[in-house]
Amino acid sequence: MGRKILLEKTDIENIHTYNVYRKEGGYSAVEKALKKMTPDEVVEEVKKSGLRGRGGAGFPAGMKWSFIAKPEGVPRYLLCNADESEPGTFKDRFLMEKIPHLLIEGMILSSYALGCNTSYIYIRGEYMWILRILEKALAEARQHGWLGKNILNSGYNLEIYVSPGAGAYICGEETALIESLEGKRGNPRMKPPFPAVKGLWQSPTVVNNVETLSSVVSIVNIGGDEYAKIGLGKSTGTKLISACGNIRKPGVYEIELGLSVEEFLYSDEYCGGINDGKRLKACIPGGSSVPVLPHYLVTKTAKGEQRLMTYESLSDGGFATGSMLGSGGFIVFDEDQCIVRNTWNFSRFYHHESCGQCSPCREGTGWMDKVLHRIEYGKGNMRDIDLLVSISKNIEGNTICPLGDAAAWPVASAIRHFREEFEWHISEPVKCLEKNYGLVKEPILEV
Amino acid sequence: METTESKIQFKPESLAEIDRIIKQFPEGKQKSALIRILHIAQHEFGNWLSVELMDYIADLLKIKPIEVYEVASFYSMYNLNPVGKVVMEVCHTGPCCLVGVEKLIKHIENTLNIKPGETTADGMFTLKTVECLGACGYGPMMQIGETYHEKLNIEKLDNLLSVLRQQNS
Ligand SMILES: Cc1cc2nc3c(=O)[nH]c(=O)nc-3n(C[C@H](O)[C@H](O)[C@H](O)COP(=O)(O)O)c2cc1C
Ligand code: SF4
Ligand code: FES
Repeated sequence: MGRKILLEKTDIENIHTYNVYRKEGGYSAVEKALKKMTPDEVVEEVKKSGLRGRGGAGFPAGMKWSFIAKPEGVPRYLLCNADESEPGTFKDRFLMEKIPHLLIEGMILSSYALGCNTSYIYIRGEYMWILRILEKALAEARQHGWLGKNILNSGYNLEIYVSPGAGAYICGEETALIESLEGKRGNPRMKPPFPAVKGLWQSPTVVNNVETLSSVVSIVNIGGDEYAKIGLGKSTGTKLISACGNIRKPGVYEIELGLSVEEFLYSDEYCGGINDGKRLKACIPGGSSVPVLPHYLVTKTAKGEQRLMTYESLSDGGFATGSMLGSGGFIVFDEDQCIVRNTWNFSRFYHHESCGQCSPCREGTGWMDKVLHRIEYGKGNMRDIDLLVSISKNIEGNTICPLGDAAAWPVASAIRHFREEFEWHISEPVKCLEKNYGLVKEPILEV
Repeated sequence: METTESKIQFKPESLAEIDRIIKQFPEGKQKSALIRILHIAQHEFGNWLSVELMDYIADLLKIKPIEVYEVASFYSMYNLNPVGKVVMEVCHTGPCCLVGVEKLIKHIENTLNIKPGETTADGMFTLKTVECLGACGYGPMMQIGETYHEKLNIEKLDNLLSVLRQQNS
């Protein structure tokens, strides 16, 4: 059994209620911090823990916190990113549904550390029922004195509110999230200025993922040094992985970072192997935005070493033969899945979700969507493959926000590893169908 | 004096809720409540946002109507045209396709005789395809109102359709 921190108590009946959460030791970290620690000491523990952002980029949380500007007389804001829209990712939802007080406790600690008196949880609009769970839990926390004025007689005041989006992947990007929370379209801002200097309503702001903030609870409880002993090397702690696709046991799992991909994918404790006795074809280990790995690079790196669930090992080999841990959205493809079709599907997704502010992203995602669609439907030509590579190169690094890169990488990596499959689609579409070179057997849905 | 004021008005409960939401933001930042208010409005007024409704909300929030329109048109959860009583939002993103959602979409199309984006002639069902709803491990799935229907198959879908038809006729 792997070590559990975040999901340790999620099986306890009614752990979503205040009384049970409290009885199980909940809010003891807030007591410890507010009574015995200064805000800077909390930041220090988080730095020592090595905790890295769980939203996708993996940036060290303590370091991010230390960048926040502290001008006199200006409020600072902590925003919890609960937008969770990266295809393959459904872990934050699990945490908020099962144990909402853990996030609230983590937010109190983090807000205290940053000196924020008002914090918001920005949650995707489709999770409206979770918003209600959170509001109920917030009301309970407030009623028991964990929120409001002069918490535990410490002189510290805090209010936490939840605010929904309304269907836009881009609002997970931190500056788009800020715009959206201000009641506007979710158009990412140019940086600098960074949110740490000018964020929500031009005030210093920190944006962190649900899982990142929830992890702060155990860091304060056990101490940063202890936390750093969990995991492997610079991948400290545990991570939630949401596993989906063609596996026997899709779901949300907490792993200690450093677990082998092989064990995660094949053992019954986690994914339980490929469904229906089929073989593995490919895996996207960190949400739709990260490069796809062909079966021979999933459990082993190009050097032949065991691939581990860590930030470092998953990216071993760079973009040539590696991928990324990303958001922890682990998507598994069996031998009958079509890489071309999936690549087109994701391109359509990014095209749909591009906010349209920068032309390389707006035009490039649309173009890739169109070209991949014609290849998938047997109407492509060989030059299309290099055309896709060149479009993806032209997007990469040339946009205001990283959505452009997120759209480019999956296409580039699919062509890198599955070029033959793209060629088959073009040269012999009929045979491709018959031989099932990845094309779906069922009549294809015309879109 | 006769005025041409629109007759649209939120229920008192909704007005109280809106008041509570506006207070969550600092003085003068009431625009931050807009997205949530649009959800309430859509829920209360037949699943879509008419221009009159958006103008009413602009008025309520003391912002320009254009500020409401540009938000309403940006986010995919808002319907800017009338829709059916039951809006089925089926996820058609990669992970749901891996577990067979395309077959289910075809099945809905055939059963109800509509394509994505269309509403049945009796005004009962609207079919929408949407991008990943954060239920990838529990696909195929769709959202109806605030409810997620997960791990769907043809049998479950047929049952659901007949229950919904009963509830809404
Ligand atoms: C297009 C795009 C979508 C994103 N979506 C999310 C998201 O849904 N949830 C999230 O936590 N971070 C998301 N991020 C990352 C955030 O911008 C930000 O880095 C993160 O919330 C920081 O929190 P962390 O440091 O705790 O990971 C997204 C980034 C981009 C570019
Ligand atoms: S990269 Fe795409 S999503 Fe990001 S700001 Fe530019 S157009 Fe918008
Ligand atoms: S892909 Fe359908 S819910 Fe994520």
